[in-house]
Amino acid sequence: MEIVGQLQKQFVDFTTSLYREGILDGQFVELQKLQDESTPDFVCELVSEYFQDSEKILTNLTTALQQQVVNFKVVDDHVHQFKGSSSSMGALRVRNMCIAFKSLCEEKNLDGCLRCLQQLKHEFYLVKNKWETLFRLERQILEAGGAVPFVDYRFY
Amino acid sequence: MSALVVDDDKVVRRMHGKLLTQLGFETNAVENGQEAVDLFTSGESYDFVFMDMEMPIMDGTEATQKLREMGVKSTIVGVTSCNQEAEKQAFVEAGLYACLEKPLTRDAISSLLEQVAKK
Repeated sequence: MEIVGQLQKQFVDFTTSLYREGILDGQFVELQKLQDESTPDFVCELVSEYFQDSEKILTNLTTALQQQVVNFKVVDDHVHQFKGSSSSMGALRVRNMCIAFKSLCEEKNLDGCLRCLQQLKHEFYLVKNKWETLFRLERQILEAGGAVPFVDYRFY
Repeated sequence: MSALVVDDDKVVRRMHGKLLTQLGFETNAVENGQEAVDLFTSGESYDFVFMDMEMPIMDGTEATQKLREMGVKSTIVGVTSCNQEAEKQAFVEAGLYACLEKPLTRDAISSLLEQVAKK
């Protein structure tokens, strides 16, 4: 199989796995539809901004939970923000972890929140890693002269 | 048609802004309710305002109230992922035309435009 075909298959298999494993949901497809000729790097730019903003939120959460007297409203506000942006990006598992985190904030469960923060970091770095791989595969396909295949998430 | 996106999240502002632009709106975006109020106070106007509920400095409920007190007739649409019904109800009662779930989708906006056209 020629190189473009191999790369395209790798891309489809990889993207499929992201939907199948619930790492991304259909919102990511909606995001991809926003990319057009006038903004050819829209998705990549938006994902980069999401990475930067998310790192700040995670730092803020860590700091907020290290306070002697934890303000759970402040923690909840950060989690709410993270949930919103993750939902907009299609980062399903990150979003779902934020939902669980919000419940723990409501209960003012500090130990639960600290454990949840670790899980949230795990899910975020997982989706970050996956997206970086996805974009690398896209670049390789384009550099080899091929077109990036569209993967319909609805089948997963 | 013109639209103002009011949201404290940069990613959401960009995404909703791009979606609305693709749907034919002339779009602007601000970070919080106070900036939205300041724009209208300065004489700018928009056919649609897509207002996030929870924002620092001035939230969506207060901003919507203030805009309606100023006599703003724009179609103000709340956009939120909040599931607290009491808070959403207060947001609606502040003067929203409708409240949509975040993130906005093409279908949701198309449906909204159809409803507004029938008004």
